[in-house]
Amino acid sequence: MSEELFKQMAQSVIDGDDEEAAALAQQGLDQGIGPLEAINKGFTAGMDVVGELYSTGEYFLPDLILGGEAMKAALAALDPALKASGQTREVLGNVVLGTVKGDIHEIGKSLVGSMLSANGFEVYDLGTNVEAEEFVTKAHEHKADIVALSALLTTTMLHQRDVIEHLAEAGLRERVKVMVGGSPVTQAWADEIGADGFAEDAARAVAVAKRLMAA
Amino acid sequence: MIRPKLEFLSSETVDRAIDEAYDLLWNLGVRVHYDQALQFLAEAGATVDMASRVAKIPRALVEKAVETVPSSFYLYDFNGEPVVHYGGDDIHFDPGSAAIEIADYGTNESRVPVTADCERFVRLAEMLPQIDALATSIVCGDVPPSMADWYRLYLLLLCGRKPIVTGTFAIETFSIMHELLVVSAGSAKALVEKPRAIFDACPSPPLLWSDITCANLIDCARTGVPAELVSMPLMGATGPATVIGSAVQHTAECLSGITIHQLAKPGSPIVWGGSPASFDMRTGTTPMGAIATMMLDCTYAQIGKAIKPGGLPTHAYLGMADTKIVDAQTGLESASGAILGALAGVNMMSGPGMMDFESCFSLEKLVIDAEIVGMAKRLVAGVDDSEEPLALNVMREVGHAGNFLKSKHTRRHFRKEDYIPTEVIDRDFRQTWFDKGALDINARAHRRAQQLIAAYEPLSLAEDVVRELEAIATRYAQAAGLDKLPERTLR
Repeated sequence: MSEELFKQMAQSVIDGDDEEAAALAQQGLDQGIGPLEAINKGFTAGMDVVGELYSTGEYFLPDLILGGEAMKAALAALDPALKASGQTREVLGNVVLGTVKGDIHEIGKSLVGSMLSANGFEVYDLGTNVEAEEFVTKAHEHKADIVALSALLTTTMLHQRDVIEHLAEAGLRERVKVMVGGSPVTQAWADEIGADGFAEDAARAVAVAKRLMAA
Repeated sequence: MIRPKLEFLSSETVDRAIDEAYDLLWNLGVRVHYDQALQFLAEAGATVDMASRVAKIPRALVEKAVETVPSSFYLYDFNGEPVVHYGGDDIHFDPGSAAIEIADYGTNESRVPVTADCERFVRLAEMLPQIDALATSIVCGDVPPSMADWYRLYLLLLCGRKPIVTGTFAIETFSIMHELLVVSAGSAKALVEKPRAIFDACPSPPLLWSDITCANLIDCARTGVPAELVSMPLMGATGPATVIGSAVQHTAECLSGITIHQLAKPGSPIVWGGSPASFDMRTGTTPMGAIATMMLDCTYAQIGKAIKPGGLPTHAYLGMADTKIVDAQTGLESASGAILGALAGVNMMSGPGMMDFESCFSLEKLVIDAEIVGMAKRLVAGVDDSEEPLALNVMREVGHAGNFLKSKHTRRHFRKEDYIPTEVIDRDFRQTWFDKGALDINARAHRRAQQLIAAYEPLSLAEDVVRELEAIATRYAQAAGLDKLPERTLR
C-alpha cells in the first residue's frame, strides 16, 4: 500500500509537479507514514531519478529545477510533522548564497542554488546586490558551512574579496568555506582572493560544494 | 529592384506584441533602481512606488516618448564623414563588444588581453573595409578594472578613424569618456553636431533598470550622445521561453528605456537594440549562435521598425559564435546571424570577432567575419533588374559561341554583381591550394590579419590633441591607482 504511495511521491518530483507533491506528502501523513520515511523512500528517490535523467541528457535544466521545486513543496508540507517528531532530515551542508553588492544578476546564482538544493544542501538564497555585512550576518544566523558568492561583472567581482575579508573580521573564516562563481570569475581570481572553491557552472558547483564539505 | 526582406510576424501579431508590452508597463510596471529616473517618471504621470521602486507607466506617456525619438541619425568618422546611418533598412557591422578574453591563433587557450592586444585589434578593424564602425571590444587587463571602460575608448580615439560603439561599466566613467570624445571632436558642440560614438545601455531582464543604465541614458540624452538600448531576455531563463514572449518583454524593456531617455531630453537619438539569447537548457549557457537567438533578434527588429511611422533605428548582437576556437561551427553561427540580421534590416550588428558567449575575441574570426559581412551586404543589395531588356541584348551578342568573358557586359557588371572575397575564402584549384601550403581558413585569416596590422597607417592626430588625451587618461588613471599608463606600441 505505502509502496505505491512512495512511487507516486517519486513520480511527482520526476514530473516536477509541486502541487501533487504537497498533496501526496499530506496524504502520507494522513496514512500515518512518518515524514522522514516519505522523504527518503518517496521524494528523494524521485530527485535521484531526475538527477540521473539530467546526467544522461534526457532531462534539462527546467526539469531539474521544477523537480527541485516539487521537492521543496513536499518538504514544506512535511516540515511541521518532522519538527514534531523530533527527527531531522539529513542535509549535506548549509549554504548561504547570493550575488555580491552592486550586481543584480540573478539567474546563474539561482541555478546554483537549485542544483545545490536538489543535491541535498540546505540553501539560503539572499538574492542579488547583497552587502558583505549581510553575508556575514546570515552565515552566522544559518550556521553556514559554505558561503557562495556570485558576480557577473568584472567590476562587481571585486566585492567577492570584500565578503571574504568581512568573514575574517567577524571571526567566521575558519568555520566557513567560500565558493565563488560567475562569468568573469576564474580559478586564478579565486586563488588571488583566497576563496576555497571555484566552479564554472552549476553542475560543477555541486561537485565543489561536496568536496568542500568533505575537506 | 526588391530589397530581400525577412519578417517573422504578421502586422497583426506585431500589434498584439506591442499592446502586450504596453499592458506590462502599466499593470506590472518596471523596476527602476535610480531615484532621478523614478522622479522623472513620477512627474510625468507614471505611478511610482518609491519603496519597491516599481514604476507603472501609462501608455500615453510612452507613446509621447516614442513620438519624439528620431527615426534616423548618423554616426561620423574622425574626418566628419557620415558613415553609419541608423535608420530605414540600412545595415552596418561593428565588432562585438567588451571581450574579457582573447584567443591567440594556434592555441586552444584564451587569456586576458592587454593594451597591445587592443591596439592590434584597432589597427585590424580599421583596415577591414567591410567593418563600418569600431567597438570598444577589448577590455584590457593591464589596467585596474575601475578604469577599464574608458581606457578602451582612449586607445580607440588615439588610433581609430571609424565611428565607435561603446559603453560604460559605471556611472562615474561616463563623464570621463565624454571628456575624451569632446577633446577628440574639438568641442562639445562639434561632438553633438557630428556624433562619433554611441553608448550601449543594458536593462536587466526582466524589466529592471539598474542605476548605471539609468544614469547612462540620462547622461547620453543631456550631452547629445546617441544611446543604444541593449535589452537581453534569455529565453526560458530571464524571459519567456518563446521567441514571441521574449520579444514582448524586449519591447516593454525598450519602451521603458526610451521613456526615461526622452524625459531627460526629448528628441535625443536612441536605438532599439538588444542582445537577447536562447538559453541552453543542458548547460545553462546563453548561445549567441542559436537559431532561436537570431530569430528573436530579427523579430524584435521588426517590432522596432513598426512601433512608429518611419520606424526606430535598430541594433542587434549578431554575427557571433559560441566556440572557443575558430572552426566550422564558428563560421556556421556567425554567417547565419549576419545574414539573417541583414535580411531583417538591422541597422547595426555587433558581433564580428566575438566568440564564447560574447566573452572572447579572436582577430582571425574578425577577418573571416569581414568576408561574411561582405557577402551579407551583397545579399541585401538584391537582384538588380534595372537593365532593359534584362538579358536579350547580351545573349544575342554572344550567341551560341558562348564566351561571356569577352563581353563588355561582363566587364561592366562582374565587379559588383558578386561579392569578391579576399584570399581568406578559398577559391583555388586543389593543386594551387596545396602548393600554397594547404592552409585552412584559420591560417589564411591569421596571415591576412598580420598583413593588415602591418599595413595600418597611424592616425595623424594633432599633437596637442594627443597630449590632452594623454593628460586626461593619466589623471584618471592615477585616481584609479595606476601611476603610469601602460606603454603604447603605436605612437
